[in-house]
Amino acid sequence: MNRHLLSTTDLSRDDALLILDTAEELAQVADRPIRKLPTLRGRTVVNLFFEDSTRTRISFEAAAKRLSADVINFSAKGSSVAKGESLKDTALTLEAMGADAVVVRHSASGAPHRLAGWVRGSVVNAGDGAHEHPTQALLDAFTMRRRLGRLEGLRVAIVGDVLHSRVARSNVGLLRTLGAEVTLVAPPTLLPVAVASWPCEVSYDLNAVLPKSDVVMMLRVQQERMNAAYFPTIREYSRRYGLDSGRMALLPEHAIVMHPGPMNRGIEIGADVADSVRSTIVEQVGNGVSVRMAVLYLLLGGSEAQR
Amino acid sequence: MHASKPAGAATVSAKAAGGKIVLGEPEIRRALTRIAHEILERTDGGTDVVLLGIPTRGVPLARRLAERLAQVEGRPASAGSLDITMYRDDLRLRPARALGHTDVPPGGIDGRVVILVDDVLYSGRTVRAALDALGDLGRPRAVQLAVLVDRGHRELPIRADYVGKNLPTSQREMVKVLLEEVDGQDAVILGESDEGKARA
Amino acid sequence: MNNTAMNNTAMTDQAWLIRGARPLGGQPADLLLADGLIQEVAGAGTAEAPVGAQVLDAAGLIALPGLVDLHTHLREPGREDAETVETGTAAAALGGFTAVHAMANTDPVADTAGVAEQIWRLGRQAGRCDVRPVGAVTTGLEGRRLAELGAMADSAARVRVFSDDGSCVADAVLMRRALEYVKAFDGVIAQHAQEPRLTDGAQVNEGEISGRLGLTGWPAVAEEAIIARDCLLAAHVGSALHVCHVSTAGSVEIIRWAKSKGWRVTAEVTPHHLLLTDDLAASYDPVYKVNPPLRTAADVAELRAGLADGTIDCVATDHAPHPLEDKETEWPVAANGMTGLETALRVVQEALVDTGLLDWAGVADRMSVRPALIGRLTGDGAPRHGAPLAAGSPASLVLYDPAGREVVDPATHASRSRNSPFAGMALPGRVVATFLRGTPTVLDGKLAR
Repeated sequence: MNRHLLSTTDLSRDDALLILDTAEELAQVADRPIRKLPTLRGRTVVNLFFEDSTRTRISFEAAAKRLSADVINFSAKGSSVAKGESLKDTALTLEAMGADAVVVRHSASGAPHRLAGWVRGSVVNAGDGAHEHPTQALLDAFTMRRRLGRLEGLRVAIVGDVLHSRVARSNVGLLRTLGAEVTLVAPPTLLPVAVASWPCEVSYDLNAVLPKSDVVMMLRVQQERMNAAYFPTIREYSRRYGLDSGRMALLPEHAIVMHPGPMNRGIEIGADVADSVRSTIVEQVGNGVSVRMAVLYLLLGGSEAQR
Repeated sequence: MHASKPAGAATVSAKAAGGKIVLGEPEIRRALTRIAHEILERTDGGTDVVLLGIPTRGVPLARRLAERLAQVEGRPASAGSLDITMYRDDLRLRPARALGHTDVPPGGIDGRVVILVDDVLYSGRTVRAALDALGDLGRPRAVQLAVLVDRGHRELPIRADYVGKNLPTSQREMVKVLLEEVDGQDAVILGESDEGKARA
Repeated sequence: MNNTAMNNTAMTDQAWLIRGARPLGGQPADLLLADGLIQEVAGAGTAEAPVGAQVLDAAGLIALPGLVDLHTHLREPGREDAETVETGTAAAALGGFTAVHAMANTDPVADTAGVAEQIWRLGRQAGRCDVRPVGAVTTGLEGRRLAELGAMADSAARVRVFSDDGSCVADAVLMRRALEYVKAFDGVIAQHAQEPRLTDGAQVNEGEISGRLGLTGWPAVAEEAIIARDCLLAAHVGSALHVCHVSTAGSVEIIRWAKSKGWRVTAEVTPHHLLLTDDLAASYDPVYKVNPPLRTAADVAELRAGLADGTIDCVATDHAPHPLEDKETEWPVAANGMTGLETALRVVQEALVDTGLLDWAGVADRMSVRPALIGRLTGDGAPRHGAPLAAGSPASLVLYDPAGREVVDPATHASRSRNSPFAGMALPGRVVATFLRGTPTVLDGKLAR
């Protein structure tokens, strides 16, 4: 298929299941005394992070190191980029350093696509603007499957600022590919204009959707959106779309609560909800390493010919 | 990402493979029984033995051996699986492969006698990879190797402790093991291979 | 261009006999050009070549009056790395244009008589086509105070078209005043219709594409609402409004309605909006990034129909050259704009002539006659363009070969910049020769002189 992972829509059902199954096997490494496999020895993975994100970067770093790859971290702050170096020149520098894979996070949608045209290695999108965050969706699907035993026919509610969320876009694409049913819940202002063309349902009423959901995924809401009139106040947003313990009680017994992090405790998710047994927030982090190991292995672990 | 899957469960008749059957179901059965007895002899009754089958077909073989050990000794024997894909030395020659399942039985491998189980021993590279994998999992007291077929042409200093059948072959030939659990029948087939390069 | 003496640099004494061309796609004819005018139009093969005349075999070629572009960015002064008047007018001539209107968003902005005259002089020096500076509506294009429109109108550049293009004159009162003010000297305000608050940070057409790509959308209503407002304002004060780069079906409808009321509204459409759609943005290649953005297939269809039925008066290229480093970036940071002078006629052939929507006479009307009228290029105080191909008209014309089909390669363009969205695309036809008042600026598809 592809030598890059730029978007979940690039993944067929078989591709996606292969990643999840591989991650399942690689998850065992975390419990071993020697948390290392020799597979990517001699390969270089560059973390190219133009946006601050310690969590995601550390996750990719751990994944690469567990596969014995060399990791180079490049963060935009205080670097040549801060001095105005273009994306293209940064890419050419990485080429010269012999990067086998570039994991890139950027505030501009489509930046990984541009990068893919300028480097010979594999490009992994670690989040581009409001566009996609494929490994997040993969680790979310992995978590759901582990907790609930299946993905086919699973009813997933994604709640919050869908308009600006790359996590939402990636999840809608991937879950649909894997046979789950997605419902987006948000105020109308935070839904894209053409959301009716997306492969999912849409609702403005969180209370109505919760009893029919196996998974509730809460998206982080940003205070700035209030200033741009997407909703009147944080209080009103939280009242209508926040998952507090009262709402959590509406969920079926087996249902789980997810959040890509970082959370605004008390706004989109109650503190007690975040800490409840239903919450997968902590295990999502560990699962992230396994899933990213799987992605790096499948992109870099085989012959050059496929690339 | 594209992965070549481990050889699947499609049944291949000897005729379709263009070869001849060198071991049938009864011969395989007897060979495994003999190996089980040899294991018990050489490991002092199978104490502290963990059988780890190398996917794909090493796994059902390990299970069958474990059943025989349990029958003879009257107590259960440990069997599991050890996938060695991540330790292969030839990964870069083909697109990334899907992983097999690793299942180390409770009790682990530290201080125990691990018996690796595989269907065919050829170049020895698979076993070399398995030794590396074991090294990262723990420290066995000893590692032994049981194979159903040894077809010669070793490329590394590796030998099997228990062999079902020694089968001298030319590198132009291909040895295919079929097992009930995977392929629906038990047979060892010797035929012509197109690529002389398919090495176990 | 000055009014009395014919332009010096463009004139030589060389006469030309063009044999067998098809004026407006009609019957083959011979055209004799001398002293800057069309002296005679006769049946093919019948005209006699006067002594010393050069003969050009134009069999199979369409003859059109020299094309007039109401909307070009020549970038000089200020962004000579992207384009200069010299290179831009060379590109224009190669595209069959004999007059271009240079937009005011230069650096410094053309909001004074001084800058307008500078651009006008640069055009005369280059000599390849007439350059008509467009004056800014507001000082610095800031949308706060009117620029000295009268001074620009009275200057040697004799500005008649005023536009803040690049920005919208969003303040309703300011737009009203501008519309009123230019009545004094038969000027016209050309509006870049874009409600600024509705398009804050906008990157692509708002629709299925923007949602999928995670890019901020540019909703059609932001264009349509301003057009509707401005049509009403123009009617209210009895002035003329020209709408730049119409891009949506809704805009076409509004303009059609305004014209039906007899209001003095004219409109232009770019070649790229007649051919390309927003799904091209999915590659995230900023060569497709433009303001207003590429829209949907439904919009393209309505724009074509609007141009065909005359609701949209003309094609204007909005030629917007940008250096590589402004386009070879991630999308949100890239500059808006596409080059278009050298491909315009070919795109119009592909989108309208070859689809049967418009014939060559219609092309002459939309790409020469009407834009010349809107730009007031009537020969009275300004050089005359868009005149019929008949004896007595200025010898400004283009010979175009509609046959053949070739892939567009921006590396061969005369424009300094390479940001053409048609790169790699096969388009029909080619400009063979361009004449400006009897002097060839392009011969055999290459710059003359």
